[in-house]
Amino acid sequence: MPDDIRVLIRSNLDIVTARQEGRTLAARTGFSATDVTLIATAISELARNIVSYAGQGEIVLRLAEGTNSRGVMIVSRDSGPGIRSVDDAMRDGYSTSGGLGLGLPGVRRLVDEFFIESVPGRGTTIRVTKWLR
Amino acid sequence: MEVPILKQGRYLIATIQAALSDEDLLHLRRALLERVIQFRSRGVIVDVTALDVMDSFATRTLRDITYMIRLRGADTVIVGIQPEVAFAMVQLGLTLEGVATALDLEEGLAHLERRARSSS
Ligand SMILES: Nc1ncnc2c1ncn2[C@@H]1O[C@H](COP(=O)(O)OP(=O)(O)OP(=O)(O)O)[C@@H](O)[C@H]1O
Ligand SMILES: [Mg+2]
Repeated sequence: MPDDIRVLIRSNLDIVTARQEGRTLAARTGFSATDVTLIATAISELARNIVSYAGQGEIVLRLAEGTNSRGVMIVSRDSGPGIRSVDDAMRDGYSTSGGLGLGLPGVRRLVDEFFIESVPGRGTTIRVTKWLR
Repeated sequence: MEVPILKQGRYLIATIQAALSDEDLLHLRRALLERVIQFRSRGVIVDVTALDVMDSFATRTLRDITYMIRLRGADTVIVGIQPEVAFAMVQLGLTLEGVATALDLEEGLAHLERRARSSS
């Protein structure tokens, strides 16, 4: 896809870059200021998890085309340790690092579609979409 | 992007001027605590008007700042959380429990003054 925006995530500085790219794309797609901030916040959480748990990975941003709607898709991908129990990780307050444990369940609340696939020892892919309404 | 900290009498005012990285936030935490000790400050205002995102890390760090400064007997007020940012925080499930917030700098200062009066 030529429109993909790919941000390599290797340090906490890349988190800022990724959410700024997301902000720009979301605004260009026509999202309101509120939704732009929701999208930037979701990117921030996903990118930080990459830095914290996988060390490195990438955030890919792309325009989503539905049958009669447009949106923004965020893909977070890493080849880190994976998540042993996705069910646990999706629960409010669950954290293996002393965090608030709100990143993943929070992101799910911020977006319209949420897909997660994680294989222990292989890595984690999270794909979320927010639609314009 | 370092956050400037201004000393105004017995208060300190930290004004965030652009998007902050995690490192910047941790630096702010360290710098504020150092200044509070150095100047024996009674209150701290953190102005987050320019902050684009308050995610779990930023929220946790601001909360830590408030608690640490409280251990020095000083109050902290977070001012200027933008409406969109506040909305995203609520959706994410983030709370600023035990942390004072105010609309802007002026109200933040008024809050600190009230606190100072009621404790003297
Ligand atoms: N990309 C990832 N790779 C491996 N493990 C992950 C990844 N993302 C999340 N996890 C695991 O899922 C848990 C929950 O993640 P979540 O983002 O919800 O909370 P947190 O990062 O612990 O805290 P918070 O995000 O609130 O600061 C993490 O503690 C971690 O164990
Ligand atoms: Mg997290």
